[in-house]
Amino acid sequence: MKRDYTIAIHHLTRVEGHANITITVREGQLIEARWAVVETPRFFEVMLKGMSAERVPFLTSRICGICSISHALASIRALERAMHIMPPAVAEKTRLLAMHGETLQSHALHLFFLAVPDFAGTASILPLMESHPDIVRAGLQLKELGNEISTVTTGRCTHPVSLVVGGLSKAPDKAKLTALQKMIRERKPLLETACAFFRTLAIPEFSRETEFISLSNSTSYPSIGGDLVSSDGIKRDENEYLLMTNEYTKDFSTSKFTRLSRETSAAGALARFNNSSAFLHPEALKAAESFGLRPVCHNPFMNNIAQLVECVHILEDAEMLIDSLLDSELSAIKTPWKAQAGSATGAVEAPRGILYHHMETDSEGRVVKADCIIPTTQNNANIDLDLKAIAEWALEKGKNDREIEKLCEMVVRSYDPCISCSVH
Amino acid sequence: MNQQGLRFEKLKIASFDFTCCEGCQLQLANRESSLADFLRLLDIRNFREISSERHEDYDIALVEGSISRSDEVERLLAIRRQATVLVAFGTCACFGGVNSLKNRVSGEAAVSEVYGDMEVETLPVRRISEVVKVDLSIPGCPVAKEEVERIIISLVTGSLVTLPKYPVCVECKAALNTCLFELGEICLGPITRAGCHAVCTTGKTPCLGCRGPAEEINMEAFLHLVGERGLSRSDLQEKLAFYNAFDAFTP
Repeated sequence: MKRDYTIAIHHLTRVEGHANITITVREGQLIEARWAVVETPRFFEVMLKGMSAERVPFLTSRICGICSISHALASIRALERAMHIMPPAVAEKTRLLAMHGETLQSHALHLFFLAVPDFAGTASILPLMESHPDIVRAGLQLKELGNEISTVTTGRCTHPVSLVVGGLSKAPDKAKLTALQKMIRERKPLLETACAFFRTLAIPEFSRETEFISLSNSTSYPSIGGDLVSSDGIKRDENEYLLMTNEYTKDFSTSKFTRLSRETSAAGALARFNNSSAFLHPEALKAAESFGLRPVCHNPFMNNIAQLVECVHILEDAEMLIDSLLDSELSAIKTPWKAQAGSATGAVEAPRGILYHHMETDSEGRVVKADCIIPTTQNNANIDLDLKAIAEWALEKGKNDREIEKLCEMVVRSYDPCISCSVH
Repeated sequence: MNQQGLRFEKLKIASFDFTCCEGCQLQLANRESSLADFLRLLDIRNFREISSERHEDYDIALVEGSISRSDEVERLLAIRRQATVLVAFGTCACFGGVNSLKNRVSGEAAVSEVYGDMEVETLPVRRISEVVKVDLSIPGCPVAKEEVERIIISLVTGSLVTLPKYPVCVECKAALNTCLFELGEICLGPITRAGCHAVCTTGKTPCLGCRGPAEEINMEAFLHLVGERGLSRSDLQEKLAFYNAFDAFTP
């Protein structure tokens, strides 16, 4: 077996954005393992300066093609809190449903298009269309359902149209909500197919203890707003996001790093599960149990399973939300508001973890200062340490360079990194 | 593939992304109900986002994003050398997109605002056609998958590729929407190229012109309309500048 080698993955595939992995082994010992984000920065904080509040969600949603609803809603929440605007209840329910749609399409995209090929030993989902047509169909139909939820609630699946400061520009159509309800009921069994398939996959038994950070509230599984909590016992107010993130730069990465109690921490589906599993729908908990997933789980590969568990929760919760919207008068969708100077943080649980937007406005409602801290940014340091740990773990187990390369790619993918998002 | 006795070759296609959100690339994986048929038209040679296979023998390159770093220029030139047809794919590629808003400040100011003292390379944002020859443009933020499918089918069958020449207003009227000007908003629908099925205005939110100018627009009359209704000049400017698609017309 080769004892001296360098693994250099230039632009990791099947992830959103550009990043490299370098692993150096000399005499069978790990010398270096590095996660370097090389994505081109876009400078959204600069673009936001001077932008009117009305336009902000349309700009922030362009931070990311996968989680545009999360970005729109984080900035809307920041602006509404800064200017003391209370959106109507119908708008809040619709927004929550929109978040569910986005998370479902994002998780389905990750699980079936990006992650499954690793477990199946293929380069992409394309060969699986022949070998595992039922699984590919289930993945596509779940992703389509997520997109449909987003379209019915926000007008479009990528870059939402009707999410605005104060509420919604247009209410979801009741006939479309009814059709959506039917689609959800019809497609729910696909998750059982997916769970049965994922139970056959060999998930590496690797773990490295870390701190998990997520939003938390005392009534439901986290989605929009709440306290900031960590599995190490830290709890902070939403506006104190800077104390939770402690962002810093690394000269080899255009995406920043963060830390809290330890050297690194993790956000995302596994973090949400670890901190808030008590609020999951019983069906989702049953799915988790079938994978032996229990809090606190420190195996990063189980983030894939946590995403699948969240999909089960989302469909159950979406059904209830739609029932509630169908029972409501959908006329009061937007609160009239007056621009004022202020500042606040809006935090949401984007598919990949906690997303912070902080906005400061002037008396005309224009942004004076903006700060966006993205989930993948919060995972960078953890990914970097996981790479070192998994390379050492694999070397101890006598794995060869090809096997180590694959494990390193897989562990990074398990975070479902959204790199363009993290370099916003 | 065989259709009505005619044989078509699969298109050797590749997808690349530059400074952007990758939303247009993701559209290629959307419209799941027709995805399998769509993929049957294509021989995907390079698409980092969904496949680990990479080949350099593609004919069509879908290029997403704008250009804002020197390594992107190099990468784009290499793609241009290989591709027979280079498609500017989406608003960032066609016009610079929202990324262009960064150009209002210097590169140094932008870097220090976001990265503090760390050195980070950034160039003024450029559209793809400012760097290489573009054969075909598909605008939209994001691109409309339906339109992409229509264009790909045209390419496979060798028929003429067209974009609507008329403005979004036509599609908005057909959707029986109340005109947003009637609701006191400035909407770029009268001057923006259609093809999006007026998705934003149907959602009661003004058009921001992501598809760029329609073929023959009357900017003077449009500006007159905004002035006549006493609508905000700064709102108009913010909307026209949003995607950098109207720079040639902006007063």
